[in-house]
Amino acid sequence: MSQANLIPEFVRRQSFIELDGRRRAQSLFDEGTWRELVGPFNRMESPWLPLQGIAPQADDGCIVIKGKIDGMTAVAIALEGGFQGGSIGEISGAKMTAALDLAAKDSQAGKRTAAVLLLETGGVRLQEANLGLAAVAEVISSVLALRPHAPVITLIAGTVGCFGGMSLAAGVSSYVVMTREARLGLNGPEVIEQESGTDEFDASDRALIWAIHGGEQRVGMGLADTLIEDDVEKIKETIRGYVHADLRPEYRSQQVELYRARIAALDTSEQIDPRSLRQKWSNGTKGELR
Amino acid sequence: MSEHIGLRGRTWFQALTENREPMAGDPSSILASEAQIGDELALFLCVVPNPSSRFPCVRDGQVGLEEAFALAHHLRSVIIEDREKPKAQKRPIIAIVDVKSQAYGRREETAGIFFAAAVSSDAYASARMAGHPVISLIAGHAFSGGFLTHGYQANRILAFDDSGIMIHAMHKEAAARITRRSVVELEQLGHEIIPMSYDVRDYAKLGLLHKLLHVEDPQRPTAADIEAIRRDLIDAIQDARRGATDLSNRLQSEAAKQTRKAGIAVRAALEAQWENA
Amino acid sequence: MEQIEFDYPAATRRITRKAHVGVVGSGDMEVLMEPTQDEGAHVSITTSVDGFQDSWKAVFDRFFSKFDGAVRIQINDAGATPGSVLLRLEQAVEVINQ
Repeated sequence: MSQANLIPEFVRRQSFIELDGRRRAQSLFDEGTWRELVGPFNRMESPWLPLQGIAPQADDGCIVIKGKIDGMTAVAIALEGGFQGGSIGEISGAKMTAALDLAAKDSQAGKRTAAVLLLETGGVRLQEANLGLAAVAEVISSVLALRPHAPVITLIAGTVGCFGGMSLAAGVSSYVVMTREARLGLNGPEVIEQESGTDEFDASDRALIWAIHGGEQRVGMGLADTLIEDDVEKIKETIRGYVHADLRPEYRSQQVELYRARIAALDTSEQIDPRSLRQKWSNGTKGELR
Repeated sequence: MSEHIGLRGRTWFQALTENREPMAGDPSSILASEAQIGDELALFLCVVPNPSSRFPCVRDGQVGLEEAFALAHHLRSVIIEDREKPKAQKRPIIAIVDVKSQAYGRREETAGIFFAAAVSSDAYASARMAGHPVISLIAGHAFSGGFLTHGYQANRILAFDDSGIMIHAMHKEAAARITRRSVVELEQLGHEIIPMSYDVRDYAKLGLLHKLLHVEDPQRPTAADIEAIRRDLIDAIQDARRGATDLSNRLQSEAAKQTRKAGIAVRAALEAQWENA
Repeated sequence: MEQIEFDYPAATRRITRKAHVGVVGSGDMEVLMEPTQDEGAHVSITTSVDGFQDSWKAVFDRFFSKFDGAVRIQINDAGATPGSVLLRLEQAVEVINQ
């Protein structure tokens, strides 16, 4: 009996969620093939945070790593959820768009370069407001410019989830991969409660939160593609598969008439039962855990 | 303040389309019409409040599910219809923006408003990338998800130089609460930190606007005002046609080279390091 | 917000690697540690918590009583405790000693 069989799976399993953004991005690449670009030692920090007495981070909470994923050239762009909630500022937004634009340029010149977006973010950094919002619009544009030429894969693992304007970047991606713990939505529960009241959304109701925003729901209703376990090896394997994916003639966010009809068919007289949407909307996407 | 939201949008939509009846088939919150601009036809799009929306959280002029998909529907139709035309003949698209925000509701989150917003911004960006000149005219408010859904993918953005124009990521009260400051403190911070300002003149310093428009009273435009704005729109359309179909122009203005110099430097650094990786 | 600088002229051992540790979350900090060609070590701290100059000095005096590398240390801090600071510094040293 081999040594590997004597070690239970739950002992061997390494949590992806417990890794910081940098280590998450690194874990996706073939060993020895990757390099971080404009990392902390380049010291390109936010010029706006110190003006408000907020300590900056040397990489502005965005890590760009280029290398090979299962032999294919790829760039991973990870947002560090532990810094300012993973929010987008001038610098972190610029790193993301620049990396996507360079991947698009290379891909169009015949050097296909996939992009993996590790989105752990609350959206726009309020301390940089309009530059953050403009950056988000530019990220969305750059994802759309790359998508016809190479896969753009959004990976949301938790615990911050993907909210605010960056949820649109997830929405226009070629593929979205989520763990059960992950959440994806435009407005978080606290914001809904604040704007529309507790009856509309009780932000303390964790079951409700995951029933609406959680990975299992998003995959089950067909707005995300794969539900994956919080496991470094399994996530790496899933991403490797998507990096090799063929380009498609049409992506989810181009399916206007399908979803327009689905929205028109909604009964809005009461709150919508999330589970019913899984039945009505699932495009045959496998909602079970990989 | 809130009673003005959407009124300016409708005012300018009606003015620029010469009170033409909007296309049928849309929810009441969407005004869509083809109208003459210069010597060509353009598609005008506007989101307005619909107090009797079947979605309770969009009755004040928020951009919700139906609105996002209606916009995308019109945009995709124009893209398909003009598919074979040369770039110079692709119809311009004019987004008239006066939106309170995105919709904050449970129905919206359940049904995936993040995705609806993505579908609309995809359609706008696709129109731009296909060669349609996409112009945004900010007639009132342009906030966060609402602006991302309707208008922020434009080639060129124009806004009135008026205190009623507000472009930002979050309304003052909510932003104050989240950043744990008073509204007054937040406004003061905006004087020192340009991207945080709620003043459209400070927004103009970010280099994202093609032009600040001067009209005596944007809520009650005269015939002369409307003609002047039409000329500004035509100028923006021509400028868009001369330029790239991506958003690179947003970093090329003199203002951007100043206020966005850190972002520009990061892009240059990434490009310099990219090849050797 | 404070900017604090220290010098440790006795730390002259040549170092070859650099290290980056930590995330600037609430109650946490990041360290950038890299070789310097100067004689001695230099520390730069950017902290959002004012009034702890003495505390920082005590931590670094203690650190450099055991560490003699000629390094440039940069810290971005959002309120880490002295214990956390020492821990992060030790983690950085582990990386440069690899």
